Amino acid sequence: MAIVYEKTKLLTDKPLHYCPGCTHGIIHRLVAEALDELGIQDKTIGVAPVGCAVFAYDYFNCDMMEAAHGRAPAVATGCKRVNPNNIVFTYQGDGDLASIGAAEITHAAARGENITVIFVNNAIYGMTGGQMAPTTLPGQVTTTSPYGRDVNHCGYPIRMSEMLATLDGPAYIARVSVHDVKAIMDAKKKIRKAFEMQIAGKGFSMIEVLSTCPTNWGLTPQEALKWLQENMIPQYPLGVKKEVE
Amino acid sequence: MGQKMLMKGNEAIAEAAIQAGCRFFFGYPITPQNQIPEYMSKRLPKVEGGCFLQAESEVSAINMVYGAAGAGARVMTSSSSPGISLKQEGISYIVGAELPCVIVNMVRGGPGLGSIQPAQSDYYQATRGGGHGDYRMIVLAPSSVQEAVELTQNAFDLADKYRNPVLVLGDGLIGQMMEPVEMPEYKKPELPEKTWAATGWKPGCGRDRAIINSLYIDPSVLEKHVNHLYEKYAAMEQAECRWQEEMTEDAEYVMVAYGTTARIARSAMRKLREQGIKAGLIRPITLWPFPAEPIAKAAKHAKAFLTVEMSMGQMIDDVKLAVNGEKPVHFFGRTGGIVPTVREIITEVEKLAKEGC
Repeated sequence: MAIVYEKTKLLTDKPLHYCPGCTHGIIHRLVAEALDELGIQDKTIGVAPVGCAVFAYDYFNCDMMEAAHGRAPAVATGCKRVNPNNIVFTYQGDGDLASIGAAEITHAAARGENITVIFVNNAIYGMTGGQMAPTTLPGQVTTTSPYGRDVNHCGYPIRMSEMLATLDGPAYIARVSVHDVKAIMDAKKKIRKAFEMQIAGKGFSMIEVLSTCPTNWGLTPQEALKWLQENMIPQYPLGVKKEVE
Repeated sequence: MGQKMLMKGNEAIAEAAIQAGCRFFFGYPITPQNQIPEYMSKRLPKVEGGCFLQAESEVSAINMVYGAAGAGARVMTSSSSPGISLKQEGISYIVGAELPCVIVNMVRGGPGLGSIQPAQSDYYQATRGGGHGDYRMIVLAPSSVQEAVELTQNAFDLADKYRNPVLVLGDGLIGQMMEPVEMPEYKKPELPEKTWAATGWKPGCGRDRAIINSLYIDPSVLEKHVNHLYEKYAAMEQAECRWQEEMTEDAEYVMVAYGTTARIARSAMRKLREQGIKAGLIRPITLWPFPAEPIAKAAKHAKAFLTVEMSMGQMIDDVKLAVNGEKPVHFFGRTGGIVPTVREIITEVEKLAKEGC
């Protein structure tokens, strides 16, 4: 019998710890498949964040570093500067990247640091139990915005991709989603493209992936996918935000 | 090299680091250590494989160090007190992940923004950990520009030997002062290969997959990891403790001082001897591990100790632990960026001699 599908060898056999219905698993697979297809396992170093993906070093089957909260782009910078031939990526959530690590990501982008950032945006702090994130939507209920995010009190969500796309440093920035098969196929294409940009030495690339958090959103996995599509995409429009030749 | 040059402490430290194979420097401007990053920015791009990068913050700088050290490089960062406070998170992670690197703190007056003048008020932070968690670092305290050169080079070797960061603790004077210095020819000792570094891996490449990490979610595994770190610290205490003793054999009044303060105390000691007061000096070179042994030995015959610091008295705790109640331990210090004078120290010892304690 012909094998039509198998697990990529860029993921280890360790069972993922993510909640049922969470889309981190899909995003892990897309990143791992891209690395595998590009044949760069032996050159790749991943940097895991603090947040739900903190154990990413157990899952990506390549050399890995685990960074302090928000600092993954700085860690990746140090690593890449030592061995510029390595392919270095960070995998960060929205609390990690857009809040505590806002300085690190902004300056890595401004420097045009030749790394790839996988930015998983689920509009909430997942690992710590569903607190308000810098990306939480106006009116969204979280454990620290129990009456819904009041923009008059705590401001507005940040569109990181658009913000970073205003800088001269980045080579490729796109926002994708994984709420259905079509979106997943597109996400895969763009993640691969981001790594290709790095291989070509074009500079900083970032893929923002809209992701679900059924547990902390208080929804079933199906409802969560629908919620993402109906609520997150209008706030965070999909598409390529920046691309250099 | 080999010839004598007149160099600022900060520049001499930077050159010494390059001579010792440091090829990566990540830093952020803060007085009084700016000549270190400035010198590195000039020199490193001209050295093969060298890279200087000015970080967006102290926090980023120390995390760039983490990434570079994790990739197997000899790497350094420097700062001064408030900036070192910002680096503490990263230092704790570096210790936890067992990465070697060198950190320089040219201490200035505190707390808060404090002043830009020399101080020794970061002793607790340097020797008690600074960041969170159970950990230790070797802390080297030079008292001359020449010694700063030697200790900086030793720092890289010690960091690699133990896979632990090493802190060079100067004060603003050590950094800013110009002194004749001879750059010794650096000879790298036998050190273990960095087979743990993250440089790219695939199955069958001859080593395990590298995971540079300080997270051990299972408490029993973390306890084991911390016990392993403490085995390294025990080995450091055994092998790396350094100090200098002067005229302690017959000393009745033993001063304990480090860094710039030790030089002032030395001048005071000589004058006191001329006056017929038997003064001696113990100068810790490693602040951690702390040289308790010579202090305990001196306590057998000394009448009293005087700890002299550019702080309100921090090292005095370690001196008291070493003396263990055998003899009185007194303190004299100036703080906020004020450097004690020879005269002030002489007066303090004279007072002790007069009171006979």
